[in-house]
Amino acid sequence: MLEIRNLHVAVDGNEILKGVDLKVGAGEVHSLMGPNGSGKSTLAQVLAGRETYEVTDGEVLFNGKDLLDLSPDERACEGVFMAFQYPVEIPGVTTNYFLRAALNAIRKYRGEDELDAFDFIEFVKEKARVVAIDNSLLQRAVNDGFSGGEKKRNEIFQMAVLEPKLAILDETDSGLDIDALKIVAEGVNKLRAPDRAIILITHYQRLLNYIVPDAVHVLVDGRIAKSGGKELALELETDGYTKIAGQRAAVETEKV
Amino acid sequence: MSNMTSATSPIDQWEKEEYKYGFVTDIETDTLPPGLSEDVIRVISGKKQEPQWLLDWRLKAYRHWQTMTEPTWANIKYPPIDFQKIIYYSAPKLDKDRPKSLDEVDPKLLETYEKLGIPLEERAVLAGVAVDAVFDSISVATTFKEKLGELGIIFCSFSEAARDHSELVKKYLGSVVPYSDNFYATLNSAVFTDGSFVYIPKGVRCPMELSTYFRINAMSTGQFERTLIIADEASQVSYLEGCTAPMRDENQLHAAVVELIALDDASIKYSTIQNWYPGDKDGKGGIYNFVTKRGKCLGRRSHISWTQVETGSAITWKYPSCILQGDDSVGEFYSVALTNNYQQADTGTKMIHIGKNTKSTIISKGISAGHGQNTYRGGVKINKGADNARNYTQCDSMLIGDQCGAHTFPYIEVKNATAKMEHEATTSKIGEDQLFYCNQRGIGMEDAINMIVNGFCKEVFRELPMEFAVEAQKLLEVSLEGSVG
Ligand SMILES: Nc1ncnc2c1ncn2[C@@H]1O[C@H](COP(=O)(O)OP(=O)(O)OP(=O)(O)O)[C@@H](O)[C@H]1O
Ligand SMILES: [Mg+2]
Repeated sequence: MLEIRNLHVAVDGNEILKGVDLKVGAGEVHSLMGPNGSGKSTLAQVLAGRETYEVTDGEVLFNGKDLLDLSPDERACEGVFMAFQYPVEIPGVTTNYFLRAALNAIRKYRGEDELDAFDFIEFVKEKARVVAIDNSLLQRAVNDGFSGGEKKRNEIFQMAVLEPKLAILDETDSGLDIDALKIVAEGVNKLRAPDRAIILITHYQRLLNYIVPDAVHVLVDGRIAKSGGKELALELETDGYTKIAGQRAAVETEKV
Repeated sequence: MSNMTSATSPIDQWEKEEYKYGFVTDIETDTLPPGLSEDVIRVISGKKQEPQWLLDWRLKAYRHWQTMTEPTWANIKYPPIDFQKIIYYSAPKLDKDRPKSLDEVDPKLLETYEKLGIPLEERAVLAGVAVDAVFDSISVATTFKEKLGELGIIFCSFSEAARDHSELVKKYLGSVVPYSDNFYATLNSAVFTDGSFVYIPKGVRCPMELSTYFRINAMSTGQFERTLIIADEASQVSYLEGCTAPMRDENQLHAAVVELIALDDASIKYSTIQNWYPGDKDGKGGIYNFVTKRGKCLGRRSHISWTQVETGSAITWKYPSCILQGDDSVGEFYSVALTNNYQQADTGTKMIHIGKNTKSTIISKGISAGHGQNTYRGGVKINKGADNARNYTQCDSMLIGDQCGAHTFPYIEVKNATAKMEHEATTSKIGEDQLFYCNQRGIGMEDAINMIVNGFCKEVFRELPMEFAVEAQKLLEVSLEGSVG
């Protein structure tokens, strides 16, 4: 489904991703971990099409298509969804209105009928229940004055409504209380499907107790330093990143 | 303008030449030659069969205007206006000179009407198609008038009012905007051609939105419009001016005056959507809109509320204001001003607190795109006797792109220590973060901008009458088209 080859990304001439290779198959859940500033969010944003980041080398294929060739909204319409680490506030635009515009843009792209306000309300009712998001929240402006946890839950709600093919969740678990974490995990699990891939960016093994990943990758200094099964996350929990980072550094010095 | 007062002014020259144009003999003609003089004013007044006092008032204004100079303090730039090149009176176009049907109208204009969702019949009217050929507007207007008449409401053209309700007009004309007020208002006082007059009697709540829009024949009242609205004790009225359709006009300069008077417990809500031709992409050919709008809360507990959505004109110079004279009176100003391409807007309000416990609210949203320049200029003045006055000002600017500008000039003058003032101001570039967030959800760039801008303006749109609000939203969308590459 997703294939990233030798991806190099820079901001203002500073290289942040230094050759990332990653393959995620349909139906799989991959967890991406790594120290602060290692480039996890950068990778997510590049996949979503953020222009601030300059791809200097490499390619990304999404269902056989050149993903980097598409505009951000085209990528979304093709089924790429990113839950933001820091969701953005849009004053004066209700969540319901925003999300209906999004859903209809995607439906239109796919040649499906657009939903009117009534159909939409029906459509989202069930989804809102799953992520236990309060209806009054949906009538408020997008993320405006939402608590940290509410913002994260709103991201998952949007994901549930838009039913993406590839969902990238950037630290959706941080800032959530334990109940909210379970709710979010449940929402993600509900979305697991044979034709859908999920990338979970997280710092905590805790989330992976609820969402069991097919693979875990560790990003260190712009490269995937180690990949493994779900045990890798447990290892990290006890050993931290230093060990892997050390191994990486050793490899680097050998090369030189 | 200094040459106006000198001995060999262009006026003198023009007066010498007037015979050449057959001015005197051809007094019945429907269009006067360009230029301004006392004779021109006499002709205008004569054509309107005005009472003598009004002619005298015009002449007083004209004489005063000759001593005035054009203001230069506004943050706008334009080539000097030659006031002797303007035609000050021209009768409404005859049907035979108008387009016969929509087929004869500029397709570009029609395209815009379509986008704005303006009904077919109305498109024709707006495009200046001969009205009788389209539908019987007169009967619509007459029905309205009858209904209003039963309640004692007077809603007619200014000229009609000057003739039929001379005492009312005489009492209030110039009582809010004196003939000597400012360069453009004074010019207007001398030469205004027509406009609207509204009187709501005591205790009457006007049952419908009064709108220039229905008064189709008044749509071409042209460049020097005069509006006077009087709400008698405990009456209520909501007045809509303008419409979302782009109005083309050969007159480049527009200098209107609007006066509102609210007596005890009366309430006036005045909403404007202004979408005059802004000029082409390079800023050529647009309209200069220099307007003086002011309301006086004369009575206790009276209430005046201005709401404006300004998207048109090449240059807008406009400060709808409130004089809060009656105790416990309330003034409000809600504004969205959008400038795109090479448009310039210098707009805002003035709230003058005179009475006790007076309250004012100012919410201004400025949006600049392209090379647009948007200035908010607001004044709040609390007079000595205005105990417990309160003002809340919120003034937000949004920039789209990096070649436009937003400027804010708040002036505050407080002479009473019991005043409570709150001021908030923000300037933001349309968030790249916000746009990306929308894009990431599948929403394309233009739609994303529209959504964010509409959200930004929500507090103002909320104040507009329902239908107007929907139109205003669409209007912003059309006005923003192509603002991102
Ligand atoms: N827009 C930007 N401009 C400049 N530097 C940036 C920008 N975005 C990211 N960086 C830098 O790139 C590096 C990687 O940042 P990124 O946000 O991808 O890290 P992360 O792995 O998501 O970290 P965290 O775990 O703290 O979320 C950091 O050093 C960051 O400062
Ligand atoms: Mg991050």
